[in-house]
Amino acid sequence: MSAQTSEDLQSFRARCGEWIRENLRQLEPGESGLHTVSSLSEEAELAGVAHDRLVQRKLFDAGLAGICVPKEYGGQGLTRAHQIVLNEELGGYEYAMRFQAPTFAPCMPVLLEFGTEEQKHRHIPAILKGEELWMQFLSEPSGGSDVAGALTSAVRDGDMWVLNGSKVWTTGAWWSDWALCLARTNWEVPKHRGLTVFMLPIHQEGIEVHRIEMLNGSKEFCQEFLTDVLVPDSDRIGEVDDGWTVGTRWMFHERMLLNSPYVTSPLGGTHGGYGAASVIAVARAANRAGDPSIRELIGEARMLDLVGEALAHRVSEGIRSGHMSDQAAAIARLFKAMVTSRISTIRFEAAGAAGAAWSEDDGAAAASGNEFLMRQVASIGGGTTEMARNVISERVLGMPREQALDRDVAFRDVPRSRTSRT
Amino acid sequence: MRLELSTDQEFFRQTTARFLDDHAPVDEIRRLRHDRAGFDDRYWRRGAELGWTSLLVRVEDGGGTISGQGVVDLGLVAHEFGRRAAPGPLVATNVVAFALSSRGSAAHASVLADLLAGEQIGTWCYSEPPPNDRLGDVTLEMRPKGDELVIDGVKRPVEFAGCARQLLVTGRTGTGLTQALVPADAPGVSIAPLQSVDLTRRFSAVAFEDVRVPIEAAVGRVGDAETDIERQVQLAFVMLNAESVGAMQSAFEMTVEWAFDRYSFGRPLASYQEIKHRFADMKAWLEAGHAISDAAISGVQDGSPEAGELARAAKAFIGDYGTELVQDCVQIHGGIGVTFDHDLHLYLRRVVANRVLYGTPSDLRQQIGRGVLDHEDAA
Repeated sequence: MSAQTSEDLQSFRARCGEWIRENLRQLEPGESGLHTVSSLSEEAELAGVAHDRLVQRKLFDAGLAGICVPKEYGGQGLTRAHQIVLNEELGGYEYAMRFQAPTFAPCMPVLLEFGTEEQKHRHIPAILKGEELWMQFLSEPSGGSDVAGALTSAVRDGDMWVLNGSKVWTTGAWWSDWALCLARTNWEVPKHRGLTVFMLPIHQEGIEVHRIEMLNGSKEFCQEFLTDVLVPDSDRIGEVDDGWTVGTRWMFHERMLLNSPYVTSPLGGTHGGYGAASVIAVARAANRAGDPSIRELIGEARMLDLVGEALAHRVSEGIRSGHMSDQAAAIARLFKAMVTSRISTIRFEAAGAAGAAWSEDDGAAAASGNEFLMRQVASIGGGTTEMARNVISERVLGMPREQALDRDVAFRDVPRSRTSRT
Repeated sequence: MRLELSTDQEFFRQTTARFLDDHAPVDEIRRLRHDRAGFDDRYWRRGAELGWTSLLVRVEDGGGTISGQGVVDLGLVAHEFGRRAAPGPLVATNVVAFALSSRGSAAHASVLADLLAGEQIGTWCYSEPPPNDRLGDVTLEMRPKGDELVIDGVKRPVEFAGCARQLLVTGRTGTGLTQALVPADAPGVSIAPLQSVDLTRRFSAVAFEDVRVPIEAAVGRVGDAETDIERQVQLAFVMLNAESVGAMQSAFEMTVEWAFDRYSFGRPLASYQEIKHRFADMKAWLEAGHAISDAAISGVQDGSPEAGELARAAKAFIGDYGTELVQDCVQIHGGIGVTFDHDLHLYLRRVVANRVLYGTPSDLRQQIGRGVLDHEDAA
């Protein structure tokens, strides 16, 4: 194959299919390839991480990693259509699940867009080889939606920056390697104009990673405390005080997650989507699949699976072709939360009383209660649905912006709590 | 509607859109409310000249498509109909034309030619009154006797039966299903008009009492029409869906405009976060409606194994969320949204009627659920 000709889809499909069947494990019936964050012990989780790294390395060696990443950074330099073929061929097989978010999106595309050549050559191939798992140091304890109100500070000291503050809601930071970090470098200007993005290794002196216990017992979400963390200026991404330019694209790639050309998400054969399958698993475990009212709920879950898939496709095609602005990614994000939330409710309904009180024998039904307690995660993580609704109404439909009292004020003077108001 | 159309398709869509703008403005729709037929003959004939009735018909029968994909092309017409809540027997005529072209015999050729030319309209007698009103229930009897078919039973609601000269009737023959083309004036056929929420669509209950037609009237094989009927159901669904999405689009745009124009407490409605967030939800439902409608159209166009499921999922989703969307548009308009003078109800009527014709969202969800369970059992 010459450097000029791109592999055609048909031969790519044949190559993918053959390699996958020979090298990857087929999922058991009912196994989705996903797992809920609460379901694994610490040892099992670490083993899972190690296995994901291995799978990613095998993909890299086979020439199937970074389908849409330029060849010079270790990718394949192919198209989104090729990525979709890979997704289709991967249906029913294991894949490097933990690498997809946030490593492959949004972190990697942010590096690709804003990183220096040196930064890209250092990290992109390492990511594609399964050597670096990335996290987003974005949200802070002081507020999640108001991302540009970050309080973590970075102060310049010669060729180094000194970072202090705290970041939170990093899924799996305890087993990850690197992070993108949004920090405040200028307090004398309005909030969007005083931010800078850095990259840093997570496990280093000055960073304490604390695992947060969620209401369902999961400890995957973490909080990091940064104390005098030293970051060389060569690990700065983008210009000083221009972090919001990076941040805007960062959040775009986050909202695009499921449709990102950099993310692998195996399609479930002809029956795409896991919503209905998960409801059936619960209904069967609870011995309620024969109930006509449950059948209707299974039908609703399936309908939502299909509609969600069709919408995600429409939005990503719309953005790619220029019929929709980048901001339209919020439409898919909002709808995905609505679908996930409704299917969680349906699953809980399908479990019947086993959702409240269960035994080991209840199988899939046993988990539905705790899953339902965590339902809102789909509407909070990755930017709340309220923020998505603001984006859709203001940026897509052009409605008036919400009043902000911090817009033209030096960030230092912005009230940040009840007590700071005078 | 699809985001990208070919040049030919876009030209075709615009031609229909302009024709409807000229000949089916809202005043005309209001006027037609008291019209017996609900549409004007000349309007329909001119629509037929534009291609409204030929898209599902084989070229050798005088039909033809714009893009080689007749279902996709027809979806564009249906969308433009929905955008304006336009009058005319679009769904019924196209289903019948499709059936006669794909399964009909020489005995049906002249009727088909009339349908194509807009000289006659078609109607499909499929749904039945309760308790046999779930999608797929067929109890009307169609017995072969000698060289005749004997028909007994009731169909309801039947669209435009009042002005159709021929009825495509779906009935039961033993354990199988049969379809036949029956003259509306055959002895034993009685047609009783019904009231409707839609201003320009007319519905009837049609009773068949010992109606006899020659066996040649059968469309397709006697007792073996299930596959044909499923295909017709899918076609009806995708047209109704495309139409409803068009109506959703119009209602939504009209309400966005209103939210910018209408001031309360010194500020536009569009500046209230409560209202903005509801528009965001509506926008998500609207784009989702477009997406699933188009996915179903593609599935039915290709005759894919998922076509039936996609068409049902689309109709269930658009039925539920389309009516919610337009009702929310009414809410945001306030009192004026429930007046006859305002145009919003034209679109509300269209999505409300389409929601329940040929199967309610609940009915369809149950069918989808059964299909998924059967599929899992088979795997």
